[in-house]
Amino acid sequence: MPATPTATLFAKLWRQHVVTELDEQTSLLHIDRLFLHERTGSIALSSLEQDGRGVRHPELAFCTMDHIVDTSPERGDDTPVPGGKEFIRTTRDAARRFGLTLFDIHDPRQGIVHVISPELGIVLPGATVVCPDSHTCTQGALGALAWGIGSSDAEHVLATQTLRVARPKTMRIRFEGTPGHGVTAKDLSLWLIGRESASGAGGHALEFAGSTVRMLPLEARMTLCNMAVEFSAFTAVIAPDDTVFEYLAGRPYAPTGALWERALAHWRTLRTDDEARFDREASFDATLIPPMVTWGTSPQHAVGVDGRVPAPEGEHDPVVRRGMERALGYMGLRPGQRLDDVPVDAVFIGSCTNSRLPDLRLAAQVLRGRKVAPGVKAICVPGSMQVKRDAEAEGLDRIFRDAGFEWRAAGCSLCFFAGGEGFAPQQRVVSTTNRNFEGRQGVGVRTHLASPATAAASAIAGRIADPRPFLGG
Amino acid sequence: MHQGIAAPLMRANVDTDAIIPSREMKRVSKVGLSAGLFAGWRYLDEAVRAPDPAFVLNQPAYAKASILLAGPNFGCGSSREHAVWALREFGIRAVIAPSFGAIFQNNCIRNGLLPVELAEPAIHELATQTLDGPLTVDLLRCVVRAPDGTEYRFRIGHLQREMLLEGLDPVALTLRLDESIRAFQARDREERPWIYLPIHTAAR
Repeated sequence: MPATPTATLFAKLWRQHVVTELDEQTSLLHIDRLFLHERTGSIALSSLEQDGRGVRHPELAFCTMDHIVDTSPERGDDTPVPGGKEFIRTTRDAARRFGLTLFDIHDPRQGIVHVISPELGIVLPGATVVCPDSHTCTQGALGALAWGIGSSDAEHVLATQTLRVARPKTMRIRFEGTPGHGVTAKDLSLWLIGRESASGAGGHALEFAGSTVRMLPLEARMTLCNMAVEFSAFTAVIAPDDTVFEYLAGRPYAPTGALWERALAHWRTLRTDDEARFDREASFDATLIPPMVTWGTSPQHAVGVDGRVPAPEGEHDPVVRRGMERALGYMGLRPGQRLDDVPVDAVFIGSCTNSRLPDLRLAAQVLRGRKVAPGVKAICVPGSMQVKRDAEAEGLDRIFRDAGFEWRAAGCSLCFFAGGEGFAPQQRVVSTTNRNFEGRQGVGVRTHLASPATAAASAIAGRIADPRPFLGG
Repeated sequence: MHQGIAAPLMRANVDTDAIIPSREMKRVSKVGLSAGLFAGWRYLDEAVRAPDPAFVLNQPAYAKASILLAGPNFGCGSSREHAVWALREFGIRAVIAPSFGAIFQNNCIRNGLLPVELAEPAIHELATQTLDGPLTVDLLRCVVRAPDGTEYRFRIGHLQREMLLEGLDPVALTLRLDESIRAFQARDREERPWIYLPIHTAAR
C-alpha cells in the first residue's frame, strides 16, 4: 500500500467533503453547516420557495437576526433601516415554514453570526460552514473550512446540502514571536494587508501558522481570520489545538460523551503535514508590528498609529496613486500629517471583527477610570447577547457607561450604513470594524479601522491615539 | 459573443458597497436595484438622483456601456449578490479586470455576468480605445477583441464557461447527482457522526 501523501490542512478539509468531482478544478463539496442572516438569507429563502424547492436538511441550517436589527435596548421588529422589517419578517416566516433553527431578536442566543456560531458550538473543527456573508472566514479560526457565498449559492446549499466550488490555491502565512504591548490580532491583520495590499492573497486559501498564532486566544484568531477576506483570500484556516477544543467543550451544539471523544480524535489529525507544499508561503516577525490604524478607504491604507499619512507621489503605479489621492480627498487628510494628531468625532466598538469578550475587556482596560473626550460620540455593541451578559457579569458595562459610551444590544449595528442609523457626512470615526470603504458607515463618513484598544484610547483622547500609554505596564 | 461599449472605471479595489450601497437594498428582491448602482459615485444628490457628470457612466459616450473595464480586485468586500443583480439590470454583460473578489466572481457566474481576467497592461490598452468603437467579448473563443483588432486571450474554468454559455441552473444539475450525495452522507455519517445533528434541534 502506498504511503499516505503529505497534505496541507486545507487539502485534508477539502478531500473530506468531496461528494464528486465536476471537472478538473471544481468539486461538489458537502456542506455541514449553513448559516443565514436576515439581510442576504431572506432572499435565498424566498427565492427557494418561489422555485418550489424544499430544504434538504433543516437541522443543519441556522438563522440569526444581526445585520439590520435595531441595537437599542428596547428593540422589536422595528428598525431604523428603511424596509428593514420586511427582511426580518421574511426571514422569520421562512425559517418557521422550513423548520430552520432561528435565533430571533429576543432569543438570549441572538447575536452576530460569526460570534454566535462558535459560541454555540455550531461550527466545529473539520466542518464545512458557509453563510451568505463575506466574513464567514472568521470561523476558520476553529479549524473549519468556512467561507462566504452569495445568496444563490445559499439557495443551492438549502436545496442540496452541497456546493459547486472551484478549488483555490493555498498560501501559508506565519507570524513568529510575541507581539509588543498593546498589539492585537487586528494590528497583525492591518499590517499584513497594508504590506501586501488588499488584493495580496489573490483568492488563495490561507493557513495562519507560527508561534504568534499558536499563542493567540481563540477570539483573537477569529479576528485574524475575519480580516482574511479584506486581504482577498478565499478563506483562512488555523489548525485546531487545545485552545479550540477547550473552548468548544460543553457548548450547546458541540458533541458530548463518546461522540465528543471520537470527534476529538479526528480533530487532532487536522493539521498540515510537515512535508506538505503550499502554492505560496510567507513568514513575518510579529515583534516588529506596532498598533495600526488606517488612513484611507481601503484596509491596505494602513500605517502604525504613531506614523504619518503617506504621500501618493511615492507610488509609481498610476491606478494605486490615483486611488491614494482620491482616498486622501475623501478622508480630508494631507500627506505627511501625523495620524495621532487627527481629531475624531466618534468611536465604534463592535462587529464580527472585534466584539467578543476579550475585545471588550481590552477596551475596558483603557477606559477604566477615564472619560470620553467632550463632543465624541462613543458606542459599544457587544457581538452577542451572551457576550453582553458575560461583560455585564464582570462589570464591563459600567466601565463603558461611566466613561461615556453607549452600551447596546447585539448586532452588526454601525459597522455599515443601511439607510437608518449612521454617522454624519465628514464625521471621523475610529472603528473596530473591518471596512473603511467610502460610504461604508454613512455617506461621506471617514472611517479609521483600528483595534479595540486603539479605538478606546482615541475616544478618551478625542483624536486618533496610540493605546500603549493608556494600557500602562 | 457580446459586442458593446466599454466604460473605463480604472480604480483598484472597487468594492461591492460601492457597486450597490447597503442603503439601496430596500426590499427582499433581486430586481429594482439598477438605480442604486454606484449610487455613491453616480449622483451628486442621491435623494433626488441628480447625476454627477464627472462619473463615467453618466457621460454620454458611456451611457449605453455594457462592459466595464476596472482595476484589480473588482467586487471585493461584502458577499451581497445584489452587486451582480444591479450590474446586470443596468445592462452590464461583462467586467474586465486584472482580478476579482472571489465571492463576487462566483456570483457573476451564477447570474450570467462574465468576469474576464486580463493582465493590467492589456486593460490599459483597451481603456485607451473605448471611444474608438465597441469591444467584442467572445466566450466561445475566450478572446476580447479591441476596436483596433488586437485580440486578448483570457482563461476561464471549463465548467464556469459552460454555465455561462448554456445558462444552466446549478441547483437542477446538482439535484441530478442525488445518488452521489446520498452515498457520501451514508459513508460520512459512519465516519463523522457528530456532524449530523438530530432532526429537531429547533426544540433544544
